[in-house]
Amino acid sequence: MTGPSNEAKTEQRVRNVIIHGRWTGYRMILMARLKELFREPEVIFWIFMFPILLALGLGIAFRNKPPDAVRAVIAQQPGAERIAELLRHATGVQSLKIEVQPSAQAALNFRLGKFDVELVPHASTIEYVYDPARPESVLARSLADDALQAAAGSKPAVPTTSRVNSEPGSRYIDFLIPGLLGMNLMSSGMWGIGFALVEMRQRKLLKRYVATPMRRGDFLLALASSRLILMISELLLMLGFGVVAFHMKVVGSWPAIFLVSCLGALTFAALGLLTASRAQKIETASGIMNVVMMPMWIFSGIFFSYERFPAAVIPFIKLLPLTALNDALRAIILEGSSLSSQAAPIAVMCFWGAISFFFAVRFFRWT
Amino acid sequence: MHDQVVVQCKDLRKTYEGKVEAVRGLDLTLYAGQCYGLLGPNGAGKTTTIEILEGLLQATSGTVEILGRNWREHPAELRESIGVSLQETRLSEKLSVRETLELFGGFYHNARPVEDVLEELALTEKADAWVGKLSGGQKQRLAIATALVGNPRMLFLDEPTTGLDPQSRRQVWEIVRRFQSDGGTVLLTTHYMDEAERLCDYISIVDHGKVIAAGTPAELISGVGGHHRVEFALAEAPTVSFEYWMALPGVAAVQCEDGVTALTVEEPHATIPALLALIEQNGWRLSQLTTRQSSLEDVFVNLTGRHLRED
Repeated sequence: MTGPSNEAKTEQRVRNVIIHGRWTGYRMILMARLKELFREPEVIFWIFMFPILLALGLGIAFRNKPPDAVRAVIAQQPGAERIAELLRHATGVQSLKIEVQPSAQAALNFRLGKFDVELVPHASTIEYVYDPARPESVLARSLADDALQAAAGSKPAVPTTSRVNSEPGSRYIDFLIPGLLGMNLMSSGMWGIGFALVEMRQRKLLKRYVATPMRRGDFLLALASSRLILMISELLLMLGFGVVAFHMKVVGSWPAIFLVSCLGALTFAALGLLTASRAQKIETASGIMNVVMMPMWIFSGIFFSYERFPAAVIPFIKLLPLTALNDALRAIILEGSSLSSQAAPIAVMCFWGAISFFFAVRFFRWT
Repeated sequence: MHDQVVVQCKDLRKTYEGKVEAVRGLDLTLYAGQCYGLLGPNGAGKTTTIEILEGLLQATSGTVEILGRNWREHPAELRESIGVSLQETRLSEKLSVRETLELFGGFYHNARPVEDVLEELALTEKADAWVGKLSGGQKQRLAIATALVGNPRMLFLDEPTTGLDPQSRRQVWEIVRRFQSDGGTVLLTTHYMDEAERLCDYISIVDHGKVIAAGTPAELISGVGGHHRVEFALAEAPTVSFEYWMALPGVAAVQCEDGVTALTVEEPHATIPALLALIEQNGWRLSQLTTRQSSLEDVFVNLTGRHLRED
């Protein structure tokens, strides 16, 4: 090669240039975000696999079993064998498992929870030992009593009949799936936005970005968009799993479910943005995020209804964004409620989303 | 060529949280096509200065004008026309080199084709490798590539070669020279005097937030009083005052450190025979004698009494 001539030098100066449109930056950030997400195996696990495994585990553990056996133990006293015989042959109590054990052992095993009720035969009466705080204990006592009374020939004072109903919709798994969906939207929104931002700040990547002509609004918009795209896959996966694996029935309209999920994803993205608005270190941010999410994991009715908490605190629980999301999702998915009937929870989510976004943008630290 | 002012900054001051004075009245003027170096030890205020010029920090007082514009009124235009490489940016590890450049190029209205930049920075082979898999030198070239992909007229590089091996450093210097020869203007900070000496047309030596000397490398070095250093040590070191050596012909300055006496001289061929004669005359014995070119390090030591890199 010869040395650069003057001509070559001038030629070099006229570089090839591409003209980019208004939205190129936005598109590039969005694509980069999605690529990064899907190249992170942990993200795939926590966002997609974990909730499915949780649903599967809980769905199996709390499946509607053929009337679950409650276990009764009869203390080895005179008459014990006769009672056991009566109970074993009584109709309609297949679900009652009977065992006869020496008194001391029977008492011990009841205390350890191996049996739900202990029957102690006395000379003129049978004593039930049970724990009113344990529902299965109460049930066992009443089953055993009914069976004994019936076997002894007593007739019910009021004639009654029963019909079995364990249609999809009323089971625990039906309650659980929308709750898990809500929880998933919360944690992936908080982690997906908050964690990513703090990491970028820690790597000085945010600072590097603002040293370019990147529009800051486009950056936030691209983050929100990546959340919505991920939300759609989370929604389809979770509900699809419920339908396929547990024959869950989605009663409500899909557009309504979709809109509420979008709102939930955005609300928690905004909350994630707020928690990450100033933190410089991942450790600080994950601490803050756990503090924010912990009350909602407990109170917002993911795994069990928040109606179990004292009535006085329920109004406050209903003000939590995850409670609102779970309530709206359950009402629409399980009961087929309309969007307008869910105005209250929707308003709660909008409130949290708007407030969080406002303060996040105000306090956000790019450097 | 050196007539158009590209960066003009006057009486720049930056005080952090009302206490720490990082920059204390700093003036800079960069002309088109120049490679301008801010040389100084760690903590001298170089990074604060360059980040103010890049529009990433707000100065407490003073004025900054780049390409005839200021950050308050024309931030968008300025962002389009400068390229920046920060002291320490860890780019996303799970994106490939090409994807990273496409991302950064996408921020600019006028961007250079990614393939051109890849080729120019010798990254074509690594185009599809994830950033996390690159070596230190490759990462640094990519960092500079993200600054060049926006087709800037002015390039800011904060410590572009810190922590790199000698070969990677030379590659970075090549990139800077090429950008400059294409008509670009460069401002870089460094605490390596060899880098400043070889790469920069003009240098400001910064210490404690102020410019303590400025000029071309040659001007700065001749400012020490001589281009050469004669360093010697005596076997049984007698106590001799500085004036004793100053009396030798052509000696501009005398320094003494760790038993080694250093004379700054203009003409070693005049000074050395006189020095040897003087030693012989006194019956002393030399244990060491070297001569070398004066460097910017000597300039810095002369000005501050400290070395640039106090490790």
